[in-house]
Amino acid sequence: MSKTFSKDDNSVVVIIGSGAGGGTLADELTRQGVDVVILEAGKHHTQEDFENDEWAMFAKISWLDKRISAGGWHHTETYPNLPAWIVKGVGGSTMHWSGLALRFMAHEFKTRSTYGHVPGANVLDWPISYDELAPYYEIAERKMGVAGTKASGLPPMPPNNHYRVIEHGARKIGYKDIVRPVASNTRPHDGRPACQQIGYCMQGCKIGAKWSTLYSEIPRAMKTGHAELRPQSMVLRIEHDKSGKATGVLYADKDGNQHLQKARVVCVAGNSIESPRLLLNSASSLFPNGLANSSGQVGRNYMNHTTAAALTINPGPVYMYRGFDIAAVVSDEVPNNPDRGFLGGYHLEGLALHLPFAAAFMKPGGWGREVSSALEKFDHMSCVWVCGEDLAQEENSITLHPTERDQHGLPIPIVTKTDHTNDAAMRRHGLAQWRKLSEAVGATRVIDMPPYPASHNMGTNRMSEKARDGVVNKWGQTHDIKNLFVSDGSQFTSSGAANPTLTIVALAIRQAEYIAGAMKRREL
Amino acid sequence: MNDDLHQSPAAQEGMRVLEKRVTVSRRAFLKGSGLTAAGVTTLSVGGLMLPARDALAAELTHLGAAIGKTLLVMARDIFPHDKIADRYYMQAIEPYDAKAAEDPALAKLIRDGVAQLDAMAKASFNTPYADVGTETQRLSLLYAIEHGAFFQKIKGDMVTGFYNNKAVWPLFGEEGSSWEKGGYINRGFDDIDWLPKA
Ligand SMILES: Cc1cc2nc3c(=O)[nH]c(=O)nc-3n(C[C@H](O)[C@H](O)[C@H](O)COP(=O)(O)OP(=O)(O)OC[C@H]3O[C@@H](n4cnc5c(N)ncnc54)[C@H](O)[C@@H]3O)c2cc1C
Ligand code: SF4
Repeated sequence: MSKTFSKDDNSVVVIIGSGAGGGTLADELTRQGVDVVILEAGKHHTQEDFENDEWAMFAKISWLDKRISAGGWHHTETYPNLPAWIVKGVGGSTMHWSGLALRFMAHEFKTRSTYGHVPGANVLDWPISYDELAPYYEIAERKMGVAGTKASGLPPMPPNNHYRVIEHGARKIGYKDIVRPVASNTRPHDGRPACQQIGYCMQGCKIGAKWSTLYSEIPRAMKTGHAELRPQSMVLRIEHDKSGKATGVLYADKDGNQHLQKARVVCVAGNSIESPRLLLNSASSLFPNGLANSSGQVGRNYMNHTTAAALTINPGPVYMYRGFDIAAVVSDEVPNNPDRGFLGGYHLEGLALHLPFAAAFMKPGGWGREVSSALEKFDHMSCVWVCGEDLAQEENSITLHPTERDQHGLPIPIVTKTDHTNDAAMRRHGLAQWRKLSEAVGATRVIDMPPYPASHNMGTNRMSEKARDGVVNKWGQTHDIKNLFVSDGSQFTSSGAANPTLTIVALAIRQAEYIAGAMKRREL
Repeated sequence: MNDDLHQSPAAQEGMRVLEKRVTVSRRAFLKGSGLTAAGVTTLSVGGLMLPARDALAAELTHLGAAIGKTLLVMARDIFPHDKIADRYYMQAIEPYDAKAAEDPALAKLIRDGVAQLDAMAKASFNTPYADVGTETQRLSLLYAIEHGAFFQKIKGDMVTGFYNNKAVWPLFGEEGSSWEKGGYINRGFDDIDWLPKA
C-alpha cells in the first residue's frame, strides 16, 4: 500500500536516509498518521541479495563514494579513502551492524559535569538526562527485539564458543559484568524468525533474525499508507525561504536527474559524515556558513569511539564465527574511574571475523611470517573490539574539500580525526586488559590490531542546551531553523562507551513524538 | 611445499573440528589445475616439485612463464604457508595475465618490477629471484622494494586474491557460507570442549 506523494506536496515530512535514525523516524511518524517521503541515496536490496561473504557484501552495500582521512589518526595510512564504514542502501548501516544494543550510562549524558573541564577537548553535557531517555530505551529494546532484556521479553542469546572463551578469561581476571544484549530474535518475534546462529550477521542477516530497518521499520511504515520510499535518491541540498524556514530538498535520482521535493518538515539522518556535509553544502546567501550553523559547530566534534582490536590465539579451537557475531561483552570498565589514567570508560566486545577480514584487518599493510603464522591459527582465534568514550574535540571534523567533487558535483568530505591523549591512554588500557584476559585462558599469542574504519560516527551536529554550543536542541531540532531536524547519531553530545544504535533509535522515537505533537499543535 | 596441507587433526571428543586439509580427489584436482599429463608424473614426489611449479607458471601466457614463476615465489614469500600448495598461490597470481593484457600500465608495473627484482637478485646472488636459494636471502631483496609500487600492488592484491579464495578457506578452518546449511545452531556453535569447567 505504498503511497505516492506529489513533489509539490508541502505537507509532508521529508526524511533523508533510511538507516537506524531515518527508518525508525519513518515508522514512528507514520504510526501517528504523519505523511513522510523517505529519500535514500542507496539501492533497495532485499535478503535475496545477501551473501555469506564478507568482501562481496562490503562491495555491494558500503558507501564507497570518495572520502579523505586526515589528521593524526591511523586511518590516514591504513584507510586513506575509507575513514568510515557506513552503508549506502535502504536500511542504512543497520544492514551491516552487528546487533549489539547497549544503553548509555547516566554519567555519559553529563560528561562536562562529571569530568570537569578537560584540556584540549570540547566536552559538554547533553541537554537530556538518562532518566528522560530511559522510557524510550524501553520502547527501542522492545521494537528491536533486544535479546535478554526485560523490555523485549526475549530470552538471552545462547552462548557460543567465542562467548564462552571470552567469558572464561573475563571471570578469571575478576570481571563480573558480562553481558550480551543483542538485537536478534531468540525466538520468532515481530514477524521475523529466530536466529539460526548463521554467523554472518555483519553481512546482512540472510533470514532477518537480526533487526534492521530494511525489513522491520521501513515496510511497516509503507503499510500504513503514509509513506513513500524513494531509493537511489541522493539529496544534494536543503532549500529554504526568505524567512529561513526549510521548504524542501533538491535530490538526484539514479539517472542523475534533479528533483525538488517540497516539505513541511525536513529531517536529516544520513549518518555523521553525510548529515553535516549536507548542511554545509546547503549554504546560501542567508546562511553563508551552511544551514543551522550559527554556532559554527556543524561538522565539528566528530567522534567515532576510542577503538582498538586484537586477535588472540587460544590453546584450542574456537571457530569464533560460528553463531551470533557478538560474543561476550565485558562492561566492568565502563564506569568513570580516573585512577586508571583516563576519563570515561570502555567495553571489551567480542566480535567475530571471518578469515578474509581477519587477514585484511590484522595488520593492514603487513606481510611475511608474522602475519601468515597467525592466520594459520585462525580456527583458534578469538577477537575483541575495544569500544570506549571518545572525547569531543572541535578540530575533529567533517569539512568540504576545496576542489575535489563527487559524481553529483558536490565537494567530497574530509574526515579529520586526531586522538586526544585520553583516547590513547584508554586504548592502551583496553588492549592490556584483553591481553590479561586472553592469557588467563592460556593464549599463546595476542596480536593487537589498529582500529577498523569507523563504524560508529557521531557528534557532528551535536545537541546542546544553548544555541552557541551546538547545532540541535534536546529534540534534535536545529537551534536556527524550526522545521529542520537531525535524526541520527550526529546529534550525540558525547559518544559514551556504548555502541550508538540503541540510543539513535531511542532518540528517533522520542523525536517522532515531538514532531507529530508539534505538527498537531501547528507549531510546525 | 607439499601438495596438500596435512595437519594432525585437533580432534577432541565432542567438538566438531576441521582437519584443515584438501578433500578434493586427486583426479578432480588434476583436472582443475590445468596440468598436462606430462606434469602429472612428477607431482607425487615432493623432491621433484620444480617442474610442477614451472608448469603452473607457464599458465601466464601473456606475461610469460618466467614472470609467472617470479610472482609465484614472491607471493609465497609475502604470505608464506608452507603446507599450502603452489596452485593456491597461482590462483591469486593468474588474474594478472588477463588484466595485464588489457592494461598496459599494469603490464609495465609488473614487467619492470620483476626485472628490477631479478637484477637485484643477480647482483647479490648471481641468479634470478625465483631461484635464490633461501627465504632469508629472498626476503633481503623484498625488504629493499617493499615500499615501492610494484611490491605494494602484489601484496595488496594478495590479501584478497589469496585469503579471499574460497578454495583456501578449509585449509585455515574457515567454513564459509552457512545459511544454506541452516547455520550452526545444530552444527557446533556451542561445542567447545577444552575449557576447564567454571
Ligand atoms: C560493520 C558494522 C557493525 C556495526 N555494529 C554495531 C553494533 O553492534 N551496535 C551498534 O549500536 N551499532 C553498530 N554499528 C553502527 C550502526 O550501524 C550505526 O550507528 C547506525 O546504523 C547509524 O544510524 P544512522 O541513522 O545515523 O545512519 P545509517 O544507518 O548509516 O543510515 C544513513 C543512511 O542515509 C543515507 N544517506 C546519506 N546521505 C544521504 C543523502 N544525502 N541523501 C539520501 N540518503 C543519504 C545512507 O545511504 C544511509 O542509508 C555498526 C556499523 C557497521 C558498519
Ligand atoms: S547469527 Fe543469527 S542474526 Fe546473525 S546472521 Fe545468523 S541468523 Fe542472523
